[in-house]
Amino acid sequence: MTKEKKTLNLNFGPQHPAAHGVLRLILELDGEVVEKADPHIGLLHRGTEKLIEHKTYSQAVPYFDRLDYVAPMNQEHAFALAVEDILKLEVPIRGQFIRVIFCEIGRILSHILNVTTQAMDVGALTPTLWGFEEREKLMGFYERVSGSRLHANYFRPGGVHKDLPRGLVEDLAKFCEEFPKIIDDLETLLTDNRIFKQRNVDIGIVSKQDALDYSFSGVMLRGSGVAWDLRKSQPYDCYEQLEFKIPVGKNGDCYDRYLCRIEEMRESINIINQCLVKLPKGPVKTQDAKVTPPPKKDLKNSMEALIHHFKLFTEGYRVDKDEIYKAVEAPKGEFGVYLISDGSNKPYKCKIRAPGFSHLQAMDYLIKGHMLADVPAVLGSMDIVFGEVDR
Amino acid sequence: MINLQDLEKKINSEQASKIKSSEIKHNQLYINIDCNDLIEVLFFLKNNATTKFRQLIDITAVDYPEQKQRFKLTYLMLSHELNKRIILSYSINENEVIPSITEIFPSANWMEREVFDMYGIKFKDHPDLRRILTDYNFKGFPLRKDFPLTGHNEVRYSEDEKKVLYEPVKLEQNYRNFDYESPWEGTKYIKEISKKND
Repeated sequence: MTKEKKTLNLNFGPQHPAAHGVLRLILELDGEVVEKADPHIGLLHRGTEKLIEHKTYSQAVPYFDRLDYVAPMNQEHAFALAVEDILKLEVPIRGQFIRVIFCEIGRILSHILNVTTQAMDVGALTPTLWGFEEREKLMGFYERVSGSRLHANYFRPGGVHKDLPRGLVEDLAKFCEEFPKIIDDLETLLTDNRIFKQRNVDIGIVSKQDALDYSFSGVMLRGSGVAWDLRKSQPYDCYEQLEFKIPVGKNGDCYDRYLCRIEEMRESINIINQCLVKLPKGPVKTQDAKVTPPPKKDLKNSMEALIHHFKLFTEGYRVDKDEIYKAVEAPKGEFGVYLISDGSNKPYKCKIRAPGFSHLQAMDYLIKGHMLADVPAVLGSMDIVFGEVDR
Repeated sequence: MINLQDLEKKINSEQASKIKSSEIKHNQLYINIDCNDLIEVLFFLKNNATTKFRQLIDITAVDYPEQKQRFKLTYLMLSHELNKRIILSYSINENEVIPSITEIFPSANWMEREVFDMYGIKFKDHPDLRRILTDYNFKGFPLRKDFPLTGHNEVRYSEDEKKVLYEPVKLEQNYRNFDYESPWEGTKYIKEISKKND
């Protein structure tokens, strides 16, 4: 009697708590072993790129908050840098430091979410509760500078919208003092935890070569032992003036990626501390009146300020015909903006390069031969957020 | 570390017949080639000992409806060893089928699917050329300039029929495209324009 090999097709998602959003994964199973994974994405597609083509440059910024919504400002940063490079705008040094502080806050926000939800996917609930308390504090800082916990719209081409409110520097310093203790606590829960290690060590191994071939970036690349971080290799804003280390993994498995994220959070705290010490005085955005709106008090007294204000908030500013690709090291990897301007007040084309898109693409390669129970672990360690994958 | 000027010279001399033009700006190298040479140039950039552009960052297209060669395809490349970026591009006609590079870079798979989904550009020898971001059974190519921002269909759940319905877009208010570049002529209303065309 011959035994026929039967595979089972399993629909994972689109509404599944471990799918980290709206992922529909079609799995081909042989018993409990995954033979093939076909991710269906696009359930959160909002046509961001098309919408940006119909908006002025300053109206385009808020769309970037809605991509990777756990670290909004890092995305705005890429767009701001691209526009600044075309317009040849110089960002005042204080503006650069503020941007770096908030980029690192974004990195901590994203890594807390990822590390703790990854732990939850493999069965630990406590880290999530502890971590989210800290996220709440960080979003409080977001709110104090921008008025909004999530969709900040704080970075602008030319600097940031407003200077830091009174008392924020002290509160940030206090947070930086307390937070390493929280990371230690999270580590006591997870790093040597038997269950956490059983679920993550040697799961979803990525070799160096494959990480390059599959266009991995960020922690996915560093976890596999490639020392590559855009903050170091192609520094933007004031990263050159700061000292920090780049944690690199060894085995390229889920556990190494977890360790990289934990270390990156410590480095981010280190960077914020340095910025707070070095934070210079001065303007926070470029003083070019053709890009930056005039201060409110001038509107009552200066005709020119009124005209500039009116023109900037109706027509916007024009950007010379050019083509540029600009990338930043977002928490999830290389987030880039490929911008084509045609001399008008709207981008002709704005392609968004989201790191999660390339990572999720490798799902089939990563999960083949693993058990069904490893799917959430691998998915968790990839750090997928559907806002940016689907755009 | 090789600088961009030397890199440009090197690529130009080794691939002289294939490089149409090259330029350095924004600390990046922009190379223009012909569609037929794509595979060879990419293979050279990836495997040559002096270039080592081992990572494909993204593939995208740009739509220029008024030009004879309607689409411009762009490949963003990164070399970790040299710490340099290359932007490779070529133009094609509307119905041209272009070679897939999934053989050289496995990550091109979804990127090419996205270009196909958004612009309707077909790739030869692609292992799995399906739509990726748009809905199942979606019609049209959203990032083409002639595709309306509002789309053609809207979706709602019907309580009566107990299912999701697809209906033509019905705007309660006109979509207003404010063109502030000439403040003297007001806004254009999409409904008025379509009435004129009828």
